[in-house]
Amino acid sequence: MPIITYREALNQALREEMARDDRVFLMGEEVGQYNGAYKVSKGLLEEFGENRVVDSPIAELGFSGVGVGAAMVGLRPVIEFMTWNFALLAIDQVVNSAAKMLYMSGGQYNVPIVFRGPNGAALQLAAQHSQAFESWLAHIPGIKVVVPGTPYDAKGLLKSAIRDDNPVVMLEGEMLYNTKGEVPDGEVLVPIGVAELKREGGDCSIITSGKMVLVAMQVADQLAKEDIHVDVVDLRTIRPMDTEAIYTSVRKTQRAVVLEEGWELCGIGAQVVDFIQRDCFDHLDAPVLRVHQTDVPMPYAKTLEKLAKPDVAKTIAAVKQVMYRS
Amino acid sequence: MASKKKTDAKGEPRAARSTARSTVRTAGDPTLDRELLHSMLLQRRFEEKTGEAYALGKIGGFCHLYIGQEACSTGIISQLRPDDYVIGTYRDHGQALVRGITPRAVMAELFGRIDGCSRGKGGSMHLFDRHTNFLGGHGIVGSHVPLAAGVGFAIKYRGGDQVCVCFMGDSVVNIGAFHEALNMAALWKLPVLFVIENNRYGMGTAVERAAAVDDLHRRADAYRGLDGILIDGMDVHAVREESAKAIKRAREESLPSLLEVQTYRFRGHSMSDAVSGTYRSKDELDEYTRLDPVFSLRDAMLAAGTLTQTEWDEMEKEIAAIVQDSWDFADASPEPPAGALFEDVLVDTTS
Ligand SMILES: Cc1ncc(C[n+]2csc(CCOP(=O)(O)OP(=O)(O)O)c2C)c(N)n1
Ligand SMILES: [Mg+2]
Repeated sequence: MPIITYREALNQALREEMARDDRVFLMGEEVGQYNGAYKVSKGLLEEFGENRVVDSPIAELGFSGVGVGAAMVGLRPVIEFMTWNFALLAIDQVVNSAAKMLYMSGGQYNVPIVFRGPNGAALQLAAQHSQAFESWLAHIPGIKVVVPGTPYDAKGLLKSAIRDDNPVVMLEGEMLYNTKGEVPDGEVLVPIGVAELKREGGDCSIITSGKMVLVAMQVADQLAKEDIHVDVVDLRTIRPMDTEAIYTSVRKTQRAVVLEEGWELCGIGAQVVDFIQRDCFDHLDAPVLRVHQTDVPMPYAKTLEKLAKPDVAKTIAAVKQVMYRS
Repeated sequence: MASKKKTDAKGEPRAARSTARSTVRTAGDPTLDRELLHSMLLQRRFEEKTGEAYALGKIGGFCHLYIGQEACSTGIISQLRPDDYVIGTYRDHGQALVRGITPRAVMAELFGRIDGCSRGKGGSMHLFDRHTNFLGGHGIVGSHVPLAAGVGFAIKYRGGDQVCVCFMGDSVVNIGAFHEALNMAALWKLPVLFVIENNRYGMGTAVERAAAVDDLHRRADAYRGLDGILIDGMDVHAVREESAKAIKRAREESLPSLLEVQTYRFRGHSMSDAVSGTYRSKDELDEYTRLDPVFSLRDAMLAAGTLTQTEWDEMEKEIAAIVQDSWDFADASPEPPAGALFEDVLVDTTS
C-alpha cells in the first residue's frame, strides 16, 4: 500500500471527490493560486479551474455564509479555514445558519457543506493561533464533527464528509500534515460516527482523537516496554460519538484515561467520562482520569508551551495512576 | 424621483429627507393595479389578523409585523420568476405571502402547527418553502446576506439566469457580514438584489443614530460594479420600476445591486413594542400613515376611475374570507407530534 502524508491524503480526497461530483467546490483563503496555506489544495486550481477552486477574500464570516447559501440550493461546498482560530469569525454561519437550517425549515433545506482546516496547537504560535475547539463545535446539534488522526482516516473521513448531506466540521492539525501512513489509492471511505481501536491491550483504555492519537500511540509503545498494555480508542468522530466503542473497551480494561488537546472545563473528556460512569460504573477499578491542556492561554516560550500541552509523559503518568502503579 | 438622489444632510425633518410622496401613480393598467392592490391588501389584513391571534395567545415568541412596508415585497417579488430565489429576515410574513406561500401555511406556521410551511419548527421568524424557493426568514441580523451571495454564486456556478433577492433591514448596513457579502457579490459579479428596507429604525434606534453614512444606498459606492439605488418604498410602482432594472441587470448581466427602499413600519418593532414608543413621535407616525402604500394606491385608482368603491368593498370581503380561512385552518391543524422533536436535526444518512 502506498505510504503518503496526511496532507497528500486530504489532497487525494478533494481531487477524487471533485472529479466524481461537479457540485463539489473548494473555497477559502489562498486555496487556489497559492496552493493552500498548508498546501492541502496543491494542484487543484490547475486541474479544476477557478470556478471550482475559489480564492476568497479574508472574510471568514462572508465566505462561509456563501458556502451555506450555495449548499442550500444544491452545491456541495468545501470551505477551508486557514485555521480554526480564524473560523471564530465565521462561527455564526456554522452554528446559527448551517446547523439550524434543516430543523427550522421543517426538513426542507439541508446544508451539505464541509468546514475544514487545522485545529489546535502547532509549535510556538502563542495564544491566538493554538486553540483546540472540538468541544465548542461538538456541543451543537445539527452538525457532525470529525477529527482524523491518521492519513488513512483523513482521506476516508473527508470523502465521507463531502458525500454527507449534512454540515460536517473537520478538524485537522498543522502538526499532522507531514505525518505519514498507509493509504490506498482510490476509494477509501471511513464512516462518520465510528471509532477505531488503534491499539489493543487489556490493562487500560486511552480514549482520544485527532492529533492526540499520535501521543497515545507513543504512550502505548513506551508502556509496552514496562509490560503495560493499553487499548487506544480513536474516536475519529466527536459528534455523533461512538459510545459503544468506548464501552466495549472500558468494560474490558476496567480503567480509562481520556486524552484530548483542548482545555479541561466542559471538554470532550468531560463528556466521555460521563458516558463511562453511566454505562460502565460497575466495571471500573479506578476513577477515570483526564489529560488535557492546562487551563491557560497557550504561551509562546518553548518551556512554558511544553508545560501547557498534554503530552506522552503526562499521559503515562495518568495511566500509571489509574493502574495504581508508580 | 425614485432614482439615485442624494438625500440631505442631518437636521432636515424626516419626511423632507424621504423620497416618499403624498400621491402615488397608477400603472395605467387596471388589471396590474388591481393585482398589486390585492397583494398588498392581503398582507395588510393577514397581519392585522396575526396581531389579533398574538393577543389571544395563539401565536407566541417574537413576531414582527410588516404593516406599512407592503409596497416593497409586492413591488419586487411580483416581478420574479418561479425559479428565482427569495431570502429575508425575521420580518418575513409579507414576502412569504407575495412569493406564494399560502396564507393557510403561513398562519399555521405562526400557530406552531404541523401544516405550517416549516412544519411548526420555525415560527414567525423562520418561514421556509421549497416549492416557491423561499429560503427563509433568518433571525440573526445580517447573517443571511452572505447566504444570498452564496445563492448567487450557485446560480452563476451552474450558468443559470435566475436571480436571488435578499431583503434586509436598515440596521444591516452596519454589520460586517453585509460588507463581506457585498464585496464578494461585486467582485464575483453575482446575480443578487440586496434590498434594504429602510423603515428608519432598527428596533428603537433611528438610522442616523447608528449609521455614519445614513444615505444607505451609497454604501454601494464602496464596491465597483454594485449599483446603489434609492427608491420610494411607499409607491409600489416606483418600487417596481427601479427594481425591474436591477432584476434585468442581475438576470442578463449577472450583476448585483443595492436597493434602498425607503419605507416605514406602522406597528412596533415586535409585538411587545408599543406602536409609537419612546423613540419616535406620534406625529411622525401620523405623517407616514398618510403615505400608506395600500390606501394611496387605492385612492389613486379610485380617482383615476380604475377602481370603484363596490370593487374595493368586494376585494376587502374576499380577502377577509381568505384571512379568516387561514385562521380556521391553522386553528384546526394539529400540534406537531412529540416524535417530530427529533426529526430533521440531521438528514438521515444511515440507509
Ligand atoms: C446580530 C443580532 N443582533 C441583535 C439582534 C436583535 N434584533 C433583532 S431585530 C433588531 C433590529 C433590526 O432592525 P432592522 O435591521 O432595521 O430591521 P427591522 O426590524 O426594522 O425590519 C435587533 C437589534 C439580532 N437579531 N441579531
Ligand atoms: Mg429597520
